[in-house]
Amino acid sequence: MSDNKKSWNRTLAVSAVAAVLALGSVVAQAADTIKVGVLHSLSGTMAISETTLKDTVLMLVEQQNAKGGLLGKKIEAVVVDPASNWPLFAEKTRELLEKDKVDVIFGCWTSVSRKSVLPVIEELNGLMFYPVQYEGEESSKNVFYTGAAPNQQAIPAVDYLMNEIGVKRWVLAGTDYVYPRTTNKILEAYLKAKGVDSKDIMINYTPFGHSDWQNIVADIKKFGSAGKKTAVVSTINGDANVPFYKELGNQGISAADIPVVAFSVGEEELSGIDTAPLVGHLAAWNYFMSVDTEANDAFIEGWHKFIKDEDRVTNDPMEAHYIGFNMWVKAVEKAGTTDVDAVEQAMIGITTPNLTGGTATMLKNHHLTKPVLIGEIQDDGQFEVVWQTEGLVPGDAWSDFLPTSKDIIADWTAPIKCGNYNTKTKKCSGQNY
Amino acid sequence: MPLLAADPESAAGTDGLRASLEAMAKASFSEKSALIAGIAGSGDDRARVILEALLDGNLQYRKEDLRPVYLDENEEGDFLVDALTGENLGAISSKRKVKKITINNQLRGELKLAIAGFKLSQADAGARAEAARSIINGPEPELLPLVADAIDVETEPDVRELLGYARASIIVANRIGDADQLIAALSLLGEATDRNVISLVSRFLLKDEEGNYLEKDPRLVEVAEASLNELKAKQSFYQILQNVFFGVSLGSVLLLTAVGLAITFGVMGVINMAHGEMIMIGAYTTYTVQLLMPNLIGASILVAVPMAFLASGAMGILIERLVIRHLYGRPLETLLATFGISLILQQLVRSIYSPLNRSVITPDWMSGSLAINGMFSLTYNRLYIVIFSLLVLLALMLLLKKTHFGLQMRAVTLNRSMASSMGIRTGWIDALTFGLGSGIAGVAGVALSQLTNVGPNLGQAYIIDSFMVVVFGGVGNLFGTLFAAMSLGIANKFAEPFAGAVLAKILILVFIILFIQKYPRGLFAIKGRFVED
Repeated sequence: MSDNKKSWNRTLAVSAVAAVLALGSVVAQAADTIKVGVLHSLSGTMAISETTLKDTVLMLVEQQNAKGGLLGKKIEAVVVDPASNWPLFAEKTRELLEKDKVDVIFGCWTSVSRKSVLPVIEELNGLMFYPVQYEGEESSKNVFYTGAAPNQQAIPAVDYLMNEIGVKRWVLAGTDYVYPRTTNKILEAYLKAKGVDSKDIMINYTPFGHSDWQNIVADIKKFGSAGKKTAVVSTINGDANVPFYKELGNQGISAADIPVVAFSVGEEELSGIDTAPLVGHLAAWNYFMSVDTEANDAFIEGWHKFIKDEDRVTNDPMEAHYIGFNMWVKAVEKAGTTDVDAVEQAMIGITTPNLTGGTATMLKNHHLTKPVLIGEIQDDGQFEVVWQTEGLVPGDAWSDFLPTSKDIIADWTAPIKCGNYNTKTKKCSGQNY
Repeated sequence: MPLLAADPESAAGTDGLRASLEAMAKASFSEKSALIAGIAGSGDDRARVILEALLDGNLQYRKEDLRPVYLDENEEGDFLVDALTGENLGAISSKRKVKKITINNQLRGELKLAIAGFKLSQADAGARAEAARSIINGPEPELLPLVADAIDVETEPDVRELLGYARASIIVANRIGDADQLIAALSLLGEATDRNVISLVSRFLLKDEEGNYLEKDPRLVEVAEASLNELKAKQSFYQILQNVFFGVSLGSVLLLTAVGLAITFGVMGVINMAHGEMIMIGAYTTYTVQLLMPNLIGASILVAVPMAFLASGAMGILIERLVIRHLYGRPLETLLATFGISLILQQLVRSIYSPLNRSVITPDWMSGSLAINGMFSLTYNRLYIVIFSLLVLLALMLLLKKTHFGLQMRAVTLNRSMASSMGIRTGWIDALTFGLGSGIAGVAGVALSQLTNVGPNLGQAYIIDSFMVVVFGGVGNLFGTLFAAMSLGIANKFAEPFAGAVLAKILILVFIILFIQKYPRGLFAIKGRFVED
């Protein structure tokens, strides 16, 4: 508590100083607000996941305003609805930056929506916080990635299965789009580097929203009866998971026989389904609602108060927004302005406590340090943590396990200032995604 | 792990059991494992009930005094029952006063085995067979004497056979006894039909990096190889059977979703892009019915079928009266208008029920599978849906052929002006026909709620497939729809193992495009209203 009070006092002091400075220099802008853009789909297929994130940002804004705002000004949220339509994400970004003149954007969920925003946000020099775990292989000057990179979710999960459970045979199952494909490519390279034979790896892709899993589950069952412990590493996207787990349960594969570790199944997804067939399966995240810390209790309580529903859950991307928002507030206070270039430089090295204990640090490559937790699904839709990394894992934008990206690093501090720097050729190849 | 030590000295009374359970409240997973072993070995009659409750996640403890309890509820609210004595401990104000004793996968495995040990001595032959199967799945050496005793007293030949495999599994998995015993066990396992056995036997055939067998005794390798071949042959046979079942079950889902469209699109010629949303309404009706009758989940599905028919049917009639009837003969406008309606309905559901998926509970009688043997099992939910889809088709055919409404409907389809001049109110027949097609889509929604997510996007996933089936089967022909749904389902399921799910779907689509080029009217063409022009 006393820590909170201290930072609270510091906040007041800094904002008072900043307010005086602001008064002195730009009197014309004194009365206006600081605008925060919220770019999350409120309709269409992604509304299921993104609506919650919009509410999270609104809650954070409300809480910050209750603490006296930022730089002496009130924060105002500008909410737009890109409607799960990827090109519309780019248009809405342009609208937010040009028309509403927002100082920062919190937004996107799918990788394709982020890729569609990138050219616009770089052209107009905006600032965006992206809160979802993703495939990596990217680092933009204008984006901060507060979700997990593959080395902060997928690789520790595989390590857990290999070392703690003794898994020898691997099924990499995913939905057919960029995140699973890239993640599985990284995992395949990683497993082979660890001496796993290619005969012991089965890779399977299914279309979005796949609902008939009978064959695939039968195949997994067959693959698992070869005398070695087998596990499924699932990058199956949200909606297709329910029929997948149901089929596993119905065909009699329990978590004790063939555990499934998922990267896209969290508390929010579990709250919409009958959890009976999922009990005991695993998920890897950087945050679980069940983690017992004071900060987390306070966050959950604040969330329930804001959303006026005791049954709503919290999840990993919400924590990512919580961290991102608090870091942005600190960076703005440090820079004394909301100017994008100043805030971008101020962000690097900013630390903020995360909700599971420990401290998140913003790295030079615009990624965070994070703890990695493995949880087992319980029948109340919550996770019981069964394993976690010792200490924090720094996010790696460019995977060390892919031949095309192993020499590439991202470093947004001088003198490199590049998201795509080849350490061998000493060249920055610019932003070619 | 001293599971089930039959030593009477260790038999603990209620106090001992209570002490172990209270300790379990705050124990780590490894401590819990030891405690579970202790409870299982206590020889107490209540041990099995307690362990089962622990496995099912029903065993809780009261936070104030760590007393092991079950949570129960009546009209007045939640109350607690002592887990050991069954004594009613009175109502509690909040569920937060108790906490579940959590377990993990390893403990689940240990619990299952401990329970299997208890079940071996049960009166019900089914329970004994199940226990034997779970021992094949987890052949722990401690269970060997128990299984051996059970074989001696077993009277049922089928269970006796299973127990024999269970004993052989334990011997093979743990290399108990000399080479002769192992050889006997290995060759016995060749006769089993259980997929877990394959994994046990293949352990004897693992090779090192140079390709030499890790197993040093060549006799064992030889027997294992023979058994494995036998097992693999059985497995491939059952796999074909299984693929056929998978195909039929996919086909029945296609049939259910498409048969409503066969009426609205096939018979009436309306391109109804909102067909998927009618399915969605049916699924949400199931969810609503379950909300209204939370204590009768088993029956809720049966109640939901007529309710969903009425809800989607009423919505269909409404759409026909308000929009579609003004657009007859203008297919493009109908397409756009119904597409708009589908978006409106999706957003309506988002506003009413929230954009999150809703949880429809699968009743017990639809979970799990009917195990024919250890290699071939039919999942209950799919099995019921196959039967259900055929019943729906049969009912629809009877309606069309045997009722007055069916007669009028066919009359309007074949010749509208003639039917009209005979005194049939064609406008209302159109509305009712559209309502019928939509209602059947709603019924399909009830079935789908048991297979997939109930969310605003449910319908979109099935609209393309439905049109595909109707067009392929021949527009307006119910037999064509049945035949098309089944053949597409089976073809898809046989293509999937070779081509993968994505490519299989593409192949099917390409095939249909080529087929439609050659036979534009589909498999079974029929004369209808749209044929005239």
